[in-house]
Amino acid sequence: MRTARAMYRYDEFDARFVAQRVEQFRGQVARRLSGELSEDQFKPLRLMNGLYLQLHAYMLRVAVPYGTLSARQLRKLAHIARRYDKGYGHFTTRQNIQFNWPRLVDVPDILAELATVEMHAIQTSGNCIRNVTADHFAGAAAGEIEDPRPLAEIVRQWSSLHPEFSFLPRKFKIAVSGAPNDRAALKFHDLAIEIVRDGDGRSGYRVFVGGGMGRTPYIGYVVGEFVEKPDILAFLEAVMRVYNEQGRRDNLYKARIKILANALGQDEMRRQVMLEFEEIKKTGTLALPPEELARIQAYFAPPEFEALSDEMPRAEGDFADWLKTNIAEHRAAGYAIATISLKPIGGVPGDASAEQMEALADLMDELGLAEIRVSHEQNLVLPHVRKKDLPRLHARLAALGLATPNAGLVTDIIACPGLDYCDLANARSIPIAQTISERFADLDRQHHIGELKIKISGCINACGHHHAGHIGILGVDKKGVEFYQLQLGGSGAEDASIGEILGPGFGRNEIADAVERVIGAYLELRRDGERFLDTYRRVGIVPFKNVAYGEELHAAY
Amino acid sequence: MAAPQQMLTANRLKDGAVLYWRGGDWVESLTAGEVFDEPAAADAALAAAQDFVGRNLVVTPYLFEVREDICGIHPLKEREIIRAAGPSVRADLGKQAPRRSPAGNPKSDDRKEDRDYVI
Amino acid sequence: MPLIRLDTGARSGAFVEDRFFFVPDGKAYPEEKGAIVTLARFQGEKDNLLAHRALIGVRLAAGDNPAVLKNDLPRLAAVVLEFPKFRDGRPFSWARMLRTRYDYRGEIRASGDFLPDQLFFMVRTGFDSFEVRQDFSLVDFDRALNEVSLAYQPSADGRKTIRELRAAR
Ligand code: SF4
Repeated sequence: MRTARAMYRYDEFDARFVAQRVEQFRGQVARRLSGELSEDQFKPLRLMNGLYLQLHAYMLRVAVPYGTLSARQLRKLAHIARRYDKGYGHFTTRQNIQFNWPRLVDVPDILAELATVEMHAIQTSGNCIRNVTADHFAGAAAGEIEDPRPLAEIVRQWSSLHPEFSFLPRKFKIAVSGAPNDRAALKFHDLAIEIVRDGDGRSGYRVFVGGGMGRTPYIGYVVGEFVEKPDILAFLEAVMRVYNEQGRRDNLYKARIKILANALGQDEMRRQVMLEFEEIKKTGTLALPPEELARIQAYFAPPEFEALSDEMPRAEGDFADWLKTNIAEHRAAGYAIATISLKPIGGVPGDASAEQMEALADLMDELGLAEIRVSHEQNLVLPHVRKKDLPRLHARLAALGLATPNAGLVTDIIACPGLDYCDLANARSIPIAQTISERFADLDRQHHIGELKIKISGCINACGHHHAGHIGILGVDKKGVEFYQLQLGGSGAEDASIGEILGPGFGRNEIADAVERVIGAYLELRRDGERFLDTYRRVGIVPFKNVAYGEELHAAY
Repeated sequence: MAAPQQMLTANRLKDGAVLYWRGGDWVESLTAGEVFDEPAAADAALAAAQDFVGRNLVVTPYLFEVREDICGIHPLKEREIIRAAGPSVRADLGKQAPRRSPAGNPKSDDRKEDRDYVI
Repeated sequence: MPLIRLDTGARSGAFVEDRFFFVPDGKAYPEEKGAIVTLARFQGEKDNLLAHRALIGVRLAAGDNPAVLKNDLPRLAAVVLEFPKFRDGRPFSWARMLRTRYDYRGEIRASGDFLPDQLFFMVRTGFDSFEVRQDFSLVDFDRALNEVSLAYQPSADGRKTIRELRAAR
């Protein structure tokens, strides 16, 4: 079997670039410790290397570009967790991993260790183009037009230390997908690229702009209907320049491109971007030659799929439960995509211990799996598993506490770190996720409820994507006490929508009850085959509102 | 109404650890920290803390409100309760974590701890 | 204010004497040196200025798009781009546009609040002189320009991109 490359590999230039960056940061840390740099001067520098100061300690955010990791990289993350942190890492909704306890003095060494496995923390914070995220089923999903990761890698390179766009009005998040099913929350990104086909069957890029969550959520709109592949970087620079020149800088909460995109309106935004795009194209400097795209694409060649029977192994008990939710259809016969839930009942969503990461890396080697993915839903994904290996995979995952059969169900909850870690938080997120998860622990009940995405943020920054939750929960602070607002009807998928706020907030001990009552109302109201979201869209918010605040479900419904 | 009692906190520059002010210096635990009854005393401590900022030993000092009674010191805000203890979802981490005995399980936290200095 | 002039080839800088004098609005022009004026003043007194003075520079606020100077650029010896605070990244775009779109060859000067660690980006987008604080050291300047030598994207400094370096291998 040809060894799959499966992912981008640094050449000597990439390696030198990252090494230079590490040494630069080492110097900056030394100058900070010696007092040559004040905290005010140092802060933007550390942020551009993903280093925050949080509630308890520093936090280092490491990019997992487009969510793809090799076993070797996963082992390195485990090593860093153990050697420099407290034995675990937290996977975020932006396909990053966060270490919650690194010491400033160790961070240059951590970055140097990451560089040995072709990883970094560049631009995981700051008002720059952040880590580019991608569909976590990229290259594996049935029905995909093209693997979007080569494009993501091209965008990663182009955006790395971009001299013109490193001090934007605000952070800038890009997502890419090559499939009709949107698993990357495209329309909630500052900019998103979807690979599409035109009438003649040629593939090209549809570009969305102006989506976002936070204080003022917006759904992005199409700014480029069909951008030819060689033109994509020119198009991106056009958008970035319009934003850099005109995005608001007077008010932090109005500085994202969504505000500009909405203020200008679709027509004017398109006109300005097209004007700029035409100017850039004239120079030719940003053209992406097909050979370059092909060169990058070669890195992402999928494994050579064996001719295997497409039959699922016989299943019963826990294994059968797991197959029901955690397996997705693969493009190749005899293969499956397996989701490894990081949402054990009552656990911390997205956390993985060093032991788990190491054991997973071993398991990847054992099953000949070149890559693992981090999903924006805070789970891990093995994209190319032979169906016949599934029983063994499941048994091994179960032994590691990683076989929770709940992908897409009510206990597969997204939660940001919230007040347990985050300096900006108003309220805790994780304990709310834990309470709800325990409340619905019964698997039959979860299956009875069906697909339901609960998303929890500890403040209006919306790292937990609460606006896009079928049920969204937002932590607010009322005079130092935690309160929670409920939002219903959001979706981050291809049918994107922003959740509607139900009404006054609930106390910390009331919120799980309110969620349970809302779900109870759904079960009474739903028609055959309806998900929570479908029922909500059919009946609207009113019946849920009554019930959430303790009334009986009105007879009219 | 009397002004609320206050304490002064900051993070240590080199490792980010949470510190509390006591009599012109810093300690690592809230219970060992100094409680100010008078706003003027709290403000004076905050001003004195700037010296540690200038010497690149601590960052972001600030005052927060507490209530001290016979049971101990109680921060008024949830944020400060969690900051003083550690993540409420991981009792094994942060200041609330049991100190490891030499025979303790090193797995969850076997990095070198510089317990012997405060600054 | 001390002024550092970039030696492009060497990727280092040197303190130089300022050829210009900034003339606040309403003040008289100096006898000897060149004059840097605000955009408003330039627009108001353009003909007179261009007729009588050899060295003229225009100072733009962060919100001024240099496109307004497009037709006058060949006569301008310097364009000063102001950073009101270091977080305001608009001047990076203005400098790059001056160099690559309007083909401006004169001095592009940075003034205001910027960090030494931004110098690399400034040089890449086309700045070639820098108003710095009294205590600014040339060691910092040279370091900031050379810590990272590689670049993925084309800009205004003519540096070969990593893609071009790969192709030339
Ligand atoms: S949503 Fe708020 S509380 Fe949660 S991680 Fe983001 S900033 Fe912190």
